[in-house]
Amino acid sequence: MISCGHFDNSLMDKIATDLRLFFGFPLDIRECSLDISSFYDPGRRQYDANHILKKVAEVSDPLALKTMGLLRVDLYIPILTYIFGQSELNGKTSIASIHRLRNELYGLDPDNRLLEERFRKVIVHEMGHAFGLIHCLNPTCIMRSSTYVEDLDQKELRFCNKCRSELDKSLENY
Amino acid sequence: MDEKKVSILVVDDEESVRDSLYNWFIDDGYAVDCAENAKEALLKLEARDFDIILADIKMPGMDGMEMHRRIKALNKEPIFIIMTAFASVDTAVQALKDGAYDYVTKPFDPDDLSHLIRNAASHVTLRAENKSLKDKITTLEDVDDLIGESEGMKKVLSEVESVAQSSSSVIITGESGTGKELIARAIHANSPRKYFPLISVHCGALTESLLESELFGHEKGAFTGATFNRKGRFEMADGGTIFLDEIGTISPKMQIELLRVLETRTFVRVGGNKEITSDFRVICATNRDLKGMVEKGTFREDLYYRLNVVNINIPPLRERVEDIPLLVNHFIRKYCKSMSRDLISVEPAALKHLQEFEFPGNVRELENMIERAIVIGNGKEIRLKDLPMGREVMSSSVESLDELEKKHIISMLDKYKWNISRAAKALDVDRATLYNKIKKYDLKKIN
Repeated sequence: MISCGHFDNSLMDKIATDLRLFFGFPLDIRECSLDISSFYDPGRRQYDANHILKKVAEVSDPLALKTMGLLRVDLYIPILTYIFGQSELNGKTSIASIHRLRNELYGLDPDNRLLEERFRKVIVHEMGHAFGLIHCLNPTCIMRSSTYVEDLDQKELRFCNKCRSELDKSLENY
Repeated sequence: MDEKKVSILVVDDEESVRDSLYNWFIDDGYAVDCAENAKEALLKLEARDFDIILADIKMPGMDGMEMHRRIKALNKEPIFIIMTAFASVDTAVQALKDGAYDYVTKPFDPDDLSHLIRNAASHVTLRAENKSLKDKITTLEDVDDLIGESEGMKKVLSEVESVAQSSSSVIITGESGTGKELIARAIHANSPRKYFPLISVHCGALTESLLESELFGHEKGAFTGATFNRKGRFEMADGGTIFLDEIGTISPKMQIELLRVLETRTFVRVGGNKEITSDFRVICATNRDLKGMVEKGTFREDLYYRLNVVNINIPPLRERVEDIPLLVNHFIRKYCKSMSRDLISVEPAALKHLQEFEFPGNVRELENMIERAIVIGNGKEIRLKDLPMGREVMSSSVESLDELEKKHIISMLDKYKWNISRAAKALDVDRATLYNKIKKYDLKKIN
């Protein structure tokens, strides 16, 4: 896991626990300052997630099975106005950003607990894709597609039975 | 069973757009392919179908609108969504006029994209379901065993057409095997009642009490074995049609009950006391002379007139010989298809014999003959020897029972060398009976 945003240790611990618990692999955490300034689009005032994904892949440990990059910037892909995270299905690298998960962005009072919970959900969701899971229709499953923070709040930090079983099958291949 | 994945083709000259949409749709579980220009997209469409096409309006070479027109010319009907970086009302209106499903401006809000594709996918599913339901309905309407170019059949078909739209009672008369039930199905399938059931009851196959329970239903405990409430056929035919086959066989008591139901459209289940109302149309069929039965007093006159609002008489096959080649070809197509065989032809001699045959069992007999000939034949054509009349040296006359009996007695007597006791035993009759038969047919031992 590559942290590019100076996240609190307590949050990093929670994220590490989630990833170990759900995916069952040893986890290495690295702090890293990536220069992503060239991926900034001044017109959109956002960062191109596709390029950041490639950059994270470049700096990741070649021996790592999967790499998750954690960010604080506003992400976009050319076709979409924003994204919370990005991952390739069955790919090696994923990224997730905490930027759009903040209550303040939606005119609400800050809520750190909720913010952390949302971020952990995005991370586990993206890592699910990295292990081959597609979106799930179960409204409480972590693999449910979420395009708004409210969607994130509705789902739980767990896989439904179907996705869990798919994930177990996928994990057998590693 | 896994549902078939909805397939999406993304057409955009920008690689980053293609990749983004590819990854987004793959994560959503769709089957996705991409093309970088219209030419490549059209080649992909020739090779396979896609449910949804998401295409950029501005592409080098052929633009998205032109590509849409070409796709329509290929007689393909994917859901077509136009994407553009430059929103313009004119192009949007034109795209929608040309039949595009929607028009979106890049970049999309993730939620809008999800909704757009989810709605389009539902549309694909609904369209497939609609087609499947329509196919089913067409199958029901397509009473395609009704074949005939003869004047007799043309008259019948024209009567079916004119009577179908009304709710009048119909009596279909005709010899056994002429297709009375098919005519009933055709009337129902072309009537406004076609979306409701056609319920058939073979009156001749049921005893009086069974027929009563079958038609009116029964309440739990109405009789021994009636362990549950059961809907009757009149109740099941609500909104649709009830077809009463062999109506001439029903008992006088059932005739009264039927008359009452036809007059009031209400009835009570056997063992029940609640009046049930049902809206049904009645079509009856018989191979008996109902008018003659009325004259003899075995069929109620009032019931006869209530049922006989319209009478359709189906001519026997021997009176429409010109329909035989059409029917033969129809049954060949029907059975070759159901047996997954190549279509076969008919030997001219076989067809000639079929046209000369009397067909006492009418179209049903012809159909059985063709089915059998396809099963036992050589798989290329129906030969005379594949037909029953071909094997029996083709006789157009039908032997009477007496002639058959006489032949059989002679063969038994010859077999047992005219030993009367042994022949009578083999025939399962007593000696006196056999002597009487010998005398009746004036049989003599030939030395």
